[in-house]
Amino acid sequence: MEILEEIRHSHLSGRGVAHQGGAPILEVSDLSVRYETGQVLEDVTFHLHTAERIAVVGPNGAGKSTLFKVIAGVLAPSEGTVKIFGYNPHGHICIAYLPQRSQVDWNFPVSVADVVMMGRSSKLGLLRWPKRRDWSFVHRCLQEVGLDELADRQISELSGGQQQRMFIARALAQEAELMLMDEPLSGLDVSSQEDIFTILDSLRHRQTTVMVATHDLEQAAERFDRVLLLNHKVLGLGSPEEVFTPERLTNAYGGRLRLVQSGESLLALTDSCCNEGE
Amino acid sequence: MNWFDYLIAPLNYAFMVRGFLAALMVGIVCATVGTYVVLRGMAFFGDALAHAILPGMAAGYLIAGGASRPLFWWALLTAVVTSIGIGAVAKGAKVREDTAIGVVFAGMFALGIAMISTVRSYTVDLAHFLFGDVLGVSTSDLWLTAIFGGLIVLVVLLFYKELLVLTFDPLLALTLRMPARLLEYMLLVLIALAIVVSLQTVGVALMVAMLVTPAAAAYLLTRRLPFMMALAAGIASISGIIGLYISYYAGVASGAAIVLTCTAFFLLAWLIRTIQNRLLVMDQLGTRNVTKTTI
Repeated sequence: MEILEEIRHSHLSGRGVAHQGGAPILEVSDLSVRYETGQVLEDVTFHLHTAERIAVVGPNGAGKSTLFKVIAGVLAPSEGTVKIFGYNPHGHICIAYLPQRSQVDWNFPVSVADVVMMGRSSKLGLLRWPKRRDWSFVHRCLQEVGLDELADRQISELSGGQQQRMFIARALAQEAELMLMDEPLSGLDVSSQEDIFTILDSLRHRQTTVMVATHDLEQAAERFDRVLLLNHKVLGLGSPEEVFTPERLTNAYGGRLRLVQSGESLLALTDSCCNEGE
Repeated sequence: MNWFDYLIAPLNYAFMVRGFLAALMVGIVCATVGTYVVLRGMAFFGDALAHAILPGMAAGYLIAGGASRPLFWWALLTAVVTSIGIGAVAKGAKVREDTAIGVVFAGMFALGIAMISTVRSYTVDLAHFLFGDVLGVSTSDLWLTAIFGGLIVLVVLLFYKELLVLTFDPLLALTLRMPARLLEYMLLVLIALAIVVSLQTVGVALMVAMLVTPAAAAYLLTRRLPFMMALAAGIASISGIIGLYISYYAGVASGAAIVLTCTAFFLLAWLIRTIQNRLLVMDQLGTRNVTKTTI
């Protein structure tokens, strides 16, 4: 974990907005986003604790991607505020947005290491080319996610799970303290998903806060500290047991969800709607 | 006469030497910028921008006569204004961007034709603008091409990292707080500049080929951006030279000969890529068969 030390170190010298001591890593208040086509987010209020892992669940079109983009400071909210460490997100470069794999041009002529180096762009500064030190930083980020041997491959040669790990490495290279992952697990086989969770566990050790949009309610219940149930509004936030009640889920998904009751407890939950972006 | 004499013969004419130099520089500049045009899917934009320059050239022509210097500045002004204007129309009128490009492009092109048609020698002059005249390049034209071409390549190299991020993942550019909007406009201005610099070599109508074809050929054969750029520049400048030889010996219009050579290179690249893929598949099948038999 010497990479951690280096991250701390470069944070002291790195540019970017100051972090207010004691302020939560993310604080969203009364957030609304309206497009011409209608309201996407309405009165969203919550805050995150440092190093927690939170799942954002909700039906397609619930506003998960929009929420992530507002938090990343890429999209301006119609109302309300987003605070990262007490300041608005625009100056921060400590937020990483990991794109859905379906939205990436995999035939783009770049190697795995090139993509990870992109995360360092701001640290390098304008008009500077990466030096040996920067490449070795990139290689250490790739080692963290077990991809160092594939560093020189063109990105289309990676499997789905490796593609996702590459983006995590890019977020590490960016020295992100908040990672927003849009459907990182959809379309991956079980062992690739396990690899991702192993990496997410190591992120927890380095105090990185992770927000994951997912369709898999079972996984959300088993593998995350808290769950944010979203359908334009926040319909529940808390531990999976608190949030995944039949009333709340029906409220969020309507008829699109099959609840399987088994004995005392709700056993299996199936989001029967289509796979977004797959 | 042996083959060497054939190669040397055109170089006895100063206008041919100037033509070779112009084609060489234009090839490098267009291919460098064209790499981004291809990767960002802006071929239609490039084509439209080249056509939209016509009224600017017409204005320079009507005001200053045939002198190439004022023509250059008028074309440059029009290109920069149009490239930024298309973005504004798309945003302001809330239409899709390709629709906005179509509207602006056709309107400007028609305006240019209308302006030139007021002159008596209409068809000759129009043909000159549409198809270029690389053999009419003067020494001062060459200097303009060298200075602006050098500037374009320099800016692309200086902002390599930023343009790469912006093209591959615009959201990353935004979360890294890069001046994305500014970079976007910078790229548009670079494309506009490259087009103006190349106008005399291939003309308005075939300009898009210089931007797109060499870069597309290189895209098929390379897997990293710096190599794609370098190969595209190589293909474009070699095409320029081969094209001029063809033009000299076969009496074909120079712009058309250059573009056709680029197209031939693209087809060649496609063939190579196809063969490579076949070999790869056969290779994989082969190893699988081998493992099967050993088991």
